[in-house]
Amino acid sequence: MTAIDPAAGPSTSAQVWRERLAGLAQTYGAAVVLVVLLVVGSIAFPAFPTASNLANIATQSSFLLIVGVGMTFVILTGGIDLSVGSQYALGGVLAAYGSAWGLGGGLLLPLVVCVVIGLVQGAIVAYGGLAPFIVTLAGLLGVRGLVLALTGGGSSTPLVTDPALSALGQGGVAGLRWPVFIALAAVLVGSVLLLRSRGGQAVLAVGGSESASVLMGLPVARVKLTVYTVSGVCAGLAGALTAAYTSSGVPTVGVGLELSAISAVVIGGTLLVGGRGNLVGTTAGVLLLTVIQNLINQVGSLTSSVQAVVSGGFLAVVVILQTVLARTQRL
Amino acid sequence: MSQTLTVALPRRATVVGFFQRYGVYLAIVIVLVVNLAVTPNFFTLDNVRVQLVQVVPVLIVALGMALAIGTEGIDLSVGASMALAAAVIPLYIGYGVVPAALIALACSLLIGLANGVMIAVIGVQPIVATLSLMVAGRGIALLVAGEQLRSVTDPGFLALGRGAIGPLPWSVLIAAVLVAIVAVLVSRTTFGKQLVALGGSRRAAELAGLPVRRILLVTYLLSAALAGVAGVIGTARLGASVPSTLGNLVELSAITAVVVGGTPLSGGQVRVIGTVAGALLLQLITATLVKHDVSDAYSQIAQAVIILLAVYIQRGRAVQR
Repeated sequence: MTAIDPAAGPSTSAQVWRERLAGLAQTYGAAVVLVVLLVVGSIAFPAFPTASNLANIATQSSFLLIVGVGMTFVILTGGIDLSVGSQYALGGVLAAYGSAWGLGGGLLLPLVVCVVIGLVQGAIVAYGGLAPFIVTLAGLLGVRGLVLALTGGGSSTPLVTDPALSALGQGGVAGLRWPVFIALAAVLVGSVLLLRSRGGQAVLAVGGSESASVLMGLPVARVKLTVYTVSGVCAGLAGALTAAYTSSGVPTVGVGLELSAISAVVIGGTLLVGGRGNLVGTTAGVLLLTVIQNLINQVGSLTSSVQAVVSGGFLAVVVILQTVLARTQRL
Repeated sequence: MSQTLTVALPRRATVVGFFQRYGVYLAIVIVLVVNLAVTPNFFTLDNVRVQLVQVVPVLIVALGMALAIGTEGIDLSVGASMALAAAVIPLYIGYGVVPAALIALACSLLIGLANGVMIAVIGVQPIVATLSLMVAGRGIALLVAGEQLRSVTDPGFLALGRGAIGPLPWSVLIAAVLVAIVAVLVSRTTFGKQLVALGGSRRAAELAGLPVRRILLVTYLLSAALAGVAGVIGTARLGASVPSTLGNLVELSAITAVVVGGTPLSGGQVRVIGTVAGALLLQLITATLVKHDVSDAYSQIAQAVIILLAVYIQRGRAVQR
């Protein structure tokens, strides 16, 4: 990005190495910290590295990871999607209602509705030219309102009635539940699209420089429309799988989920200004947040407040490091 | 000269401009008129007081938010600042009302300082910097409070939330004074002019030799301090320190009030009176819906539509320029 900046002047080999190191730290930093945490956790807590606990971590991560995949696409274009928490809850509630028509109904109903919501938000951002922050903030409120309206003010919790849908959330192979495989598939498909497809490259280009993308003739508006739709689908899918996992569509879930997803994406090395980042980083970011939570639970005497402090502090440290590293690269 | 200029403007632009400038006030008038027609007992002194008292915390937070947004930033940690201030109150109320309130403010200033250092000195984007403190700050507040609700019974302190001078509640008076201070700060002081200039173009502000870092630091300190005041008043009104829920989602209400009031998210403008009107409008709409037994669900949807409309109208302003 900045290596070809002509104003940077001739760079010495030491500088080149420092830049390369900074770039590596930004891309793989989260993965390295994750490995360190896993090793330390395994040594400190005998109950941590057991197969069942690790499978638990994988299941807990899978829902956030699916949301994070969509969020990564949005953030890569320089946007943000605050509505994912509400769409996640909506996905769960609709999956439970839809399960009356079997597995197909339980999956199609939430996905179709979330596609529509994503399209509407994307269209307002892309063609209306409104700030993504505000549009999706309105989405956060409006969709949560819709969830409450569907569930009698949040007082009723629709149950998943279709055994096939429940099996999709609770069953699995090799000790891992299906949502884990679905999340990994989402990362894989997303990565291939991002790195190997024309559309994925367009996403990176729009985030890198929107005006340049317009001048190059890229379909900027269509790219934006697509990423908000993808984000909606991901959030809806994650919600539907959560409903399958818990056998019910709880209307109050997902409050603040957008913040966890954004944290995970940023910790994973994706720049909030867009144009740079990847889904492997997001995966590491999600796993990091879940592992931190799990380790704090292992200690036993610590509570969710400590977890909030650690997660927030961790996010702060990561963004400070990123900013400092980005500055090194600019020099 | 200005008269000829007005005449020369295309008609549509003047109409749009009018709505941009006065839309929020017009909306308040419409809501009031509608209530006059359909809601019994809306214009009683009691109800007016209730509405004013209820709007106070969001309004005070929104004042700080307007400053942050004016610099093209945002402050998501205001709820955490409120919670921290609330958590500290019961620990120090034994020393008296004023010392306890001052210590509470000092604690919320610490959150502002952390925000300010990350944003101004290190150069982290405001949205992530304040996001990290939003998460961590509430955790700290809960730890300080020992994760429990504590009632505050000091009569002097409770008067802050429930007492009144004549017909005017203390909390409303405090809010009015803060509005006046922020309005003067923005329009009449060097700091205010510098803040707006910085929001308009950071590069230009740097080239003009403005103390960019100091302005940003002070802005986030002010935002946290105002949120702290809101936390103290909120605690006094409840008669209890509830750091787990006080100020939850207040950042969204505050941002909405600021944006509905006509301050663009892109910075370079701070409309203090507009922000007051924005907060009042949201409160009135919620109250109207509540009085007619409209469920929370639909009032949230209504809020979403209002936000989009307000911002859509403002977008017109950017296009004109």
